[in-house]
Amino acid sequence: MPKDGGIGASSKRREDVRFLTGEGNYTDDINIRGQAHVFFLRSDVAHGALKGVDTSDAAGMPGVIRIFTGADFEAVGGMPCGWQVTDKHGQPMQEPRHPILAHEKVRHVGEPIAAVVAETLEQARDAAEAISVDIDELPAVVDMKAAVASDDVKVHDDLTSNLCYDWGFVEENKAATDAAFEKAAHVTTLELVNNRLVANPMEPRVAVGDYARGTDDHTLYTTSQNPHVIRLLMGAFVLGIPEHKLRVVAPDVGGGFGTKIFHYQEEAFVTFAAKACNRPVKWTSSRSEAFMSDAHGRDHVTKIELALDAQNNFTAVRTETFANMGAYLSTFAPSVPTWLHGTLMAGNYKTPLVYVNVKAVFTNTVPVDAYRGAGRPEATFQLERVIDKAARELNVDPVELRRQNFIREFPYATPVAVEYDTGDYDATMDKVLEISDREGFAARRAESEAKGKLRGFGINCFIEACGIAPSNLVGQLGARAGLYESATVRVNATGGLVVMTGSHSHGQGHETAFPQVVAEMIGIDESMIEVVHGDTATAPMGMGTYGSRSIAVGGSAMVRATEKIIAKAKKIASHLLEASEGDIELKDGAFSVAGTDKSVAWGDVTLAAYVPHNYPLEDIEPGLEETAFYDPSNFTYPAGAYSCEVEVDPATGEVTIERFASADDFGNVINPMIVEGQVHGGIAQGIGQALLENCAYDENGQLLSASYMDYTMPRADNLPPMDHYVVDHSCQTPCTHNPLGVKGCGEAGAIGSPPTVINAIIDALQSGGHKVDHIDMPATPSRVWSAIHG
Amino acid sequence: MYNFDVEMPGSVADAVSAMGREEAQALGGGQTLIPTLKQRLASPSVLVSLSKISEMKGVCTGEDGALCIGGATVHAAVAKDGFAGLAGLASRIGDPAVRARGTIGGSLANNDPSACYPAAALGCGATIVTNSREIAADDYFQGMFDTALEEGEIITEVRFPVPEVSRYEKFVQPASRFALVGVFVARFSEGVRVAVTGASEDGVFRWAEAEAALSQAFSENAVDGLSVPADGMISDLHGSAAYRAHLVGVMTKRAVANAA
Amino acid sequence: MRIDMVVNGKEAGGEVEGRTVLSSFLRDQLALTGCHVGCDTSQCGACVVHVDGQAVKSCTMLAAEAAGSEITTIEGMANADGSLNVIQQAFQDHHGLQCGFCTPGMVMSAAALLKENPKPSEAEVRDYLEGNICRCTGYHNIVKAIMAASGQDVVPVAAE
Repeated sequence: MPKDGGIGASSKRREDVRFLTGEGNYTDDINIRGQAHVFFLRSDVAHGALKGVDTSDAAGMPGVIRIFTGADFEAVGGMPCGWQVTDKHGQPMQEPRHPILAHEKVRHVGEPIAAVVAETLEQARDAAEAISVDIDELPAVVDMKAAVASDDVKVHDDLTSNLCYDWGFVEENKAATDAAFEKAAHVTTLELVNNRLVANPMEPRVAVGDYARGTDDHTLYTTSQNPHVIRLLMGAFVLGIPEHKLRVVAPDVGGGFGTKIFHYQEEAFVTFAAKACNRPVKWTSSRSEAFMSDAHGRDHVTKIELALDAQNNFTAVRTETFANMGAYLSTFAPSVPTWLHGTLMAGNYKTPLVYVNVKAVFTNTVPVDAYRGAGRPEATFQLERVIDKAARELNVDPVELRRQNFIREFPYATPVAVEYDTGDYDATMDKVLEISDREGFAARRAESEAKGKLRGFGINCFIEACGIAPSNLVGQLGARAGLYESATVRVNATGGLVVMTGSHSHGQGHETAFPQVVAEMIGIDESMIEVVHGDTATAPMGMGTYGSRSIAVGGSAMVRATEKIIAKAKKIASHLLEASEGDIELKDGAFSVAGTDKSVAWGDVTLAAYVPHNYPLEDIEPGLEETAFYDPSNFTYPAGAYSCEVEVDPATGEVTIERFASADDFGNVINPMIVEGQVHGGIAQGIGQALLENCAYDENGQLLSASYMDYTMPRADNLPPMDHYVVDHSCQTPCTHNPLGVKGCGEAGAIGSPPTVINAIIDALQSGGHKVDHIDMPATPSRVWSAIHG
Repeated sequence: MYNFDVEMPGSVADAVSAMGREEAQALGGGQTLIPTLKQRLASPSVLVSLSKISEMKGVCTGEDGALCIGGATVHAAVAKDGFAGLAGLASRIGDPAVRARGTIGGSLANNDPSACYPAAALGCGATIVTNSREIAADDYFQGMFDTALEEGEIITEVRFPVPEVSRYEKFVQPASRFALVGVFVARFSEGVRVAVTGASEDGVFRWAEAEAALSQAFSENAVDGLSVPADGMISDLHGSAAYRAHLVGVMTKRAVANAA
Repeated sequence: MRIDMVVNGKEAGGEVEGRTVLSSFLRDQLALTGCHVGCDTSQCGACVVHVDGQAVKSCTMLAAEAAGSEITTIEGMANADGSLNVIQQAFQDHHGLQCGFCTPGMVMSAAALLKENPKPSEAEVRDYLEGNICRCTGYHNIVKAIMAASGQDVVPVAAE
């Protein structure tokens, strides 16, 4: 029987009602009396010396309040980077200054040069057109290998080169790995590109700065996944505003996918300008602006080699990756190709030796940072593609080659520094083969061939690391922040609860799922619990939502706080029931004395806490409010197996996804409906990466895919039909180290699906006799057609 | 957008007079023009909206049997009332909301090299009727975004000779959903016309070789061995010139196979 | 210029510039902020509203051209008692939304589809949504919700 509430129930989302009736409160819906608007004049060249910015004509134009240029921010900190990577020689990465408005040089198309604050947005834009910018255009460097090979074009003149860092992992494994390749019976090599993507949450970024001169209070409303992180970074490192004078609010946020984690110049600008102009200042990004100012994702170029012995056991993996940083270091950019990528290169396999080399490179492009999956899709793509290629070269079943090398004993310490606590990779593989009806594939292929089409089956496994932690470890790895989460549980006198969490919900349904946990713990109805998040004035210091961490880390903090609440409530109950505390049991919202029929309701206990007439005041304080900070002892390791069937039209190169199946192990599941929705969304983005999406630059650093006219967003007709699309999460090996046994589900789909799709396309092409062993993403019709026709 | 005045005439005569204002521009459904204005790529001082002119809306059959479509008729109406090939084409322009606003006159006046309607107009040998004259489709399209229209001239009607069978096959540019290559094939008693959009740097064009072959034998096989040269084809992020040239052949065959 | 129209059954009006698009008028002057703007190339469909019964992209229509029309926005879709209408309810029941940003446009497009085609096939639903982009759901549950709203059987949401 499906549950109708609590953990494991598909409770309907309470947030939906406001979204379905137009009553959501997104940042752009916030308008403050007296608000002015800012328009950013952005660079239209990728690289140039900024000789001068003449605002004199513009300053006198109608409605203009003030025009800012880079010179106005000389006394202000630059945009901070939140992660310092140490290179293979033990040296810190090169870390360039990142100004709020360009100063002396522009380094990518879209970099803000000047900001016009005016009464209306159109007036600000009119004035921006009257600003005269004197730029000496310089040659741009876009290709990463060229940027490293030569210093002819340096993105940052004050750095020694365009190389941010050259990272080796694990450096001590390198010699042994190289030796294993010498001894290998077979080596499969693959060079590939992990295409640059733009996250494209449907809500473009917005920031509204407000300032109260009378109290010196600053408020920033922003489209953020982590308002506390923005408060810390902007307050402490950019503008020098102490936290108690800076409130950051992220109200309803229309999707994030990583790109709304980072602290952006526009946020710092509106906060600064609100004080400087003594007016609220609002910035709303257009979609076109988003393409050149939101941090991009992926953009790796990799050579991967897989060594196998004569029995087809994996003996070593070696990679060399060039990772694009763009022109500046976005907030967490250095961590993505390193700690979120190198640590996953063992995958689901017991390969004893792994060596990962990553060269992070500055280019004249928009900064690149985490996008759904962040490093893990890149790791999975390389590994699963090279395994597929090896299976083909060795003429073995790709399923069996994977199975043969699966890790089966847990906990398992990989050669890339992480320890998987639990998993069952055979179970997810078995499940995906079952739900994908692999046995019926041959008949379906024959049907496709009868129509002149090619059909392919692709399989893939993946593992990810979510809920990145613990803080003391990530600190050693270079994180300049902790990675705990917080929750305050406030019980009201009449028994209702408010959970104030540092996790932020921007589509994930926390407002529904979090109460399911607390309801289960206390035995009360979910409707008695409210989640408050997204405002530094109300929620305790928390780290926000990314890396599939909310339920695993934020949910665990909430459990810990609720446990404290229950412990205290039991004390109160024991007093009310005149029983020993140890005998008190909480069940179905009532405290009872074990072995008796004496009980007191939840609401009576909570009332006593706030009206403490009959209360053990000598032992405990009145009130019922507890806070917990939870710092996990390890990552969580969701894993899964995916399959895909594609049909390829050899006449046009068009690929259609005919069938898709996913078998995920997320550990325990709080709300299956929400979990499946997360998987659907992740898979859509993964299919988007595999078939459609590509953020392309020309050699001069001009963005070619600068709007939805050229950047292909997945649409309803690009995705698999309902009858042949199954997402399964019934294989569950609960996480061993968090109280809920949960692992996180937000990124799995985006990690697992791209190689599945490409593996299927290669299978289809090979079945048609086309000797194609790799195709770079996105596998657009034109690329597939070109591959077929050599 | 730069600011502009908006005029909403109720008749062609009033529209023509409004178009006499300095830097006036006609506004059809606005589905291309308004995004262009948002980018500040155009700065008309007055937009003359054609959406309230009832005499420019609707689909009917003329005395000579031609299908007459008012210049301000939206795509959705043509999708309902056009002959097979034309209705099929109109039903795949943009998306439903775009088809509820976008007009045939607006599309033909703009002559985007990837737009669908130019293929139908040229492929059927339609007549473009303006407030002042009639222009044969063969004379109307003059290259990418270029037409025979004079300043201030408004497309009031488009007259399509009705083919025996016709079909438009569109291979979409996946992002914009415009035509990467679109081919309109129309068979008339006097011969077959084949018009190609999306492919050429010169905009819509007739593929004479295929027309000749299909006029001899209206079958897919007739196109075998024929190809358009890649020279002059558009090459971009979504497909090379060679790929587009190849697709012209594939789409032509499919149009023939599916013609109705 | 002064424009007047009927919005969600009520008279509404205001002064606009020639360049004011309908979405700006609805959001900025009528405070109907359920109409969202997600792109500037007329593709994402978050701004879809009904103008005289037709689904249109309100970011790609001048407010001046909507004068005299009857407009329905997401704020006008619920039942008279404030409860969710059939389509809205189906979106909630089938988890057809996550962040909610594209949702108003999705619901308005779905309503237009079902008026025109009361029992659409899955392929017809997907085709009709060509002009509505969602980044969260992968469309699966949106398609399902629309089919359910049309009275067709669909697989219910997940249950353990």
